[in-house]
Amino acid sequence: MKTTTTGGSSSGAGAVGSPEWWDKQTLHHVLNFANWPYYIDTSKGQHPSLTLFTKQSGIKVNYRPVINDNAAFFATIQPSLQAGKPTGWDLMVITNGPQLSQLIANGWLIPLDHRRLPNFAKYASTLVRNPNYDPGNKYTVTWQSGFTGIAYRPEAVRALGREPTSVADLWDERLKGHVGMMSDNTELGSVGLLKIGVDPATSTPSDWRRAATELRKQKEMGLVRNYYDQSYINALENGDTWITQAWSGDIFQANESGYPQLKFLVPTEGVMVWHDNLMIPLHAANPLDALTYMNFVYQPKIAAMLADYIWYVTPVPAAEAYVEKMPGGKVVASSPLVFPDKEMDSKAHNYYTFKGQQDLNEWNSIFEPIIQS
Amino acid sequence: MEQHLRADHPVVAAAEGRTRLGRRLAPYGLIGPGGLWLFVFFVVPMFAMLMLSLETPIPTKGFVQGGYRFTFHFAEYAQAFTQYHVQFARSLLYAAVVTAVCLLVGYPAAYWIAFHAGERKTTYLFLLLLPFFVSFVIRSLAWQFLLADQGIVLHTLERLHVLPFGFHIMGTPWAVMAGIAYNSLAFMVLPLYVSIEKIDRQVVEAARDLYATGWQVFTRVIFPLSIPGIFAGFLLTFVPAVGDYVNAAILGGPSTTMIGNVIQFQFLQGQDYPMASALSFILMGILLIGILAYARVLGTRQIEEYV
Repeated sequence: MKTTTTGGSSSGAGAVGSPEWWDKQTLHHVLNFANWPYYIDTSKGQHPSLTLFTKQSGIKVNYRPVINDNAAFFATIQPSLQAGKPTGWDLMVITNGPQLSQLIANGWLIPLDHRRLPNFAKYASTLVRNPNYDPGNKYTVTWQSGFTGIAYRPEAVRALGREPTSVADLWDERLKGHVGMMSDNTELGSVGLLKIGVDPATSTPSDWRRAATELRKQKEMGLVRNYYDQSYINALENGDTWITQAWSGDIFQANESGYPQLKFLVPTEGVMVWHDNLMIPLHAANPLDALTYMNFVYQPKIAAMLADYIWYVTPVPAAEAYVEKMPGGKVVASSPLVFPDKEMDSKAHNYYTFKGQQDLNEWNSIFEPIIQS
Repeated sequence: MEQHLRADHPVVAAAEGRTRLGRRLAPYGLIGPGGLWLFVFFVVPMFAMLMLSLETPIPTKGFVQGGYRFTFHFAEYAQAFTQYHVQFARSLLYAAVVTAVCLLVGYPAAYWIAFHAGERKTTYLFLLLLPFFVSFVIRSLAWQFLLADQGIVLHTLERLHVLPFGFHIMGTPWAVMAGIAYNSLAFMVLPLYVSIEKIDRQVVEAARDLYATGWQVFTRVIFPLSIPGIFAGFLLTFVPAVGDYVNAAILGGPSTTMIGNVIQFQFLQGQDYPMASALSFILMGILLIGILAYARVLGTRQIEEYV
C-alpha cells in the first residue's frame, strides 16, 4: 500500500486537509468505519447501502458498531491522538458535544475537502449546514439528527384536562410524581433554559444558574419521578411517567412497536436538535475513501435507505420521495419526526457549545448537583 | 544399649532448630497466599486511592486534560462531607431500617428452620438461597416490573379503587429499602440459622424443667445464645446495604440517591477521582467506627466468636 502523507502538521500549502494535501491523496479501497449499534440499514445480517457502496466504488468497508457512548469511545481514541498516532479509524460518528469540541479544539480532525462533497452542497438540509459547533462544516457532516422534545401518555391528558403543549407542563403540579427528566446534564440544563425562555446556544453562566433554580424547584415540589438515561422510554411505556423529556426517534419506534398511545410533542418553547456527525480523525490511513463515503450517503436514494431503517432525522430532505416508495415507507415519509416540517425546523434550538474545560466544568457544577442528590 | 544424645548435642539442637523454625514459619506460609491476595488487591489499591484523594487537578487551558498533582489536599474531605452529608445520612438510615426489617423477618424464619424443620432443613435453606441463582440486577429489575404503576399489583389495586389514581411506590424510599431488604435477607438468615442451630438443646430443656415459660426460654436462653448470629447477620446486611447503589438506581427516584450512587457517579461519569476517593474513605471510616462501637456494646468477646 502506498504510504500517505497524513500526519504532517506543517502549516500553509500542503498542510493536512488543505486542497493541495487532498489533491495528493489516492483511494486505497479500504474504509474503517466506527458507528453506533442499529444505526445503519440492516437486512439479513447485511447492510445493503454498504454493499452498494462497495459495488460502485470498489471500496471495502470494515463496518464496526463499536460506539455506545461518546465519552467512552473518545477515551479509546484519545491516547493515540495525544501520542500523534493513528486511531485505526478512517471514519467515525460522534454527537455534537464536549468530545467533538475537544477533537476540533485540539486539531485532531482532518478538515474536509468540500470540492469532493458535491452531494452535501446539493442535498443537505438547512438544519445541518453551518452548525454552531462546526462553522462551515469544516470538519464534520451530519450522519443523522434527532430532536429532544416531550413525550406523553393519555394519563397526562387525563390529569391536566387538556393536551400538554409546553415545556412549562413539565412543571405542572397535577402531574406530580409522574414527570420524567433526563439524567444527561446537557439535556437537563437545556430544557431548564427553555423553561426560563433562554436560547441554550447563546446562554451565559448566570442563565444556567437561573435554570438550575427552576429545575431544583421542580424536583423539590415532588414533580420529578426520576432522572433517566435511555431507560426513560421504558418508564414511559410502562406508565411510571406520564410526561417526559424524550428523543424523537424512540417515540416513533415505540409507536410502531406496540405503544401507539405515546405522543411526541414539539413544545411552544421549542425542541433541542442534536447531530451525530461523520468525521475523519487525524492520521487516518484512508482519508479519501472516507470522504468518498461521505459524499455517497448524501445521495437522496442512499439517504432514503438509511432513513427507512434508522427513523431519526435524515440530513437529506429529498430522500422523502424515495422513502415513500419503499415497503411500509408511507408512515416514515409522513412523519415530521423523520422528515421535519417547517414548524419543527423553526422551533429547533442548538445546544450551548462549550469553549473549554473550565466552561464545561462550570456547567457540570451547576446542573450535576440537581441529579446527584 | 542405645546411646541417648543429650539435648544440647549439636545434632539434636540443629534438628530441633529446624522444626522450631518450620513451626514458626508455618503460620506465615499458610497466611501467605491469602495475605498476598489481600495485599495486592486490597492494600495496594487502598493506598493508591488514599493518595488520589489528596490530589488536585492541574489547571488547564482549552480542552487539554492536565491530570492531577499530589498536594496533601485534606480540604477535599471536608468538601466531600459538606456536599454529600445528606446522602451519607440517608444511606445509614436506609441500611438501619433494612437491617431491622431483615432481623424481624429473618429471625423467625431462622428459628423455625433450626428448631422445627426437622429433616427438611436443607430443603428450606436451599429455597432461601434459590433466588441467588438469578443475577442481583435481574432480581431488582423484576421488582421494577412488579411495582410499576401499570404493573400487575398497583394497576389491579387502582382498578379496584383501593388505591387513588396516580399512586406509586417506585421512586420512593420505600421501594429502595424494600429492594435492599429483599436482596439482603439471606445474609441475615444464614448466620442466624447457624448460631440458633448450634444452641445446645439440653440447655433449652433445662430451662423448661426449671419452669421457664416459652417466652422466658426465648428471652433468657435462646436469644442471648443467638447474639453472635445477630452480630454476624448485622455485619453482612448493614455494611453492604450502606454502600448499595443498584437498588437506588433501579427502584429509586430523584430524592433517594445513596452515597454509593454518588461515588459511582464521581468515578465513572463526573471523573472527579479525588472527590470519589475521599467519599469512599469517609464511608469506610464511618462504618469502621460504627462497627467497633457496636462490638463494644454487644460485649468485648473476640471477633471469631461472632462468626
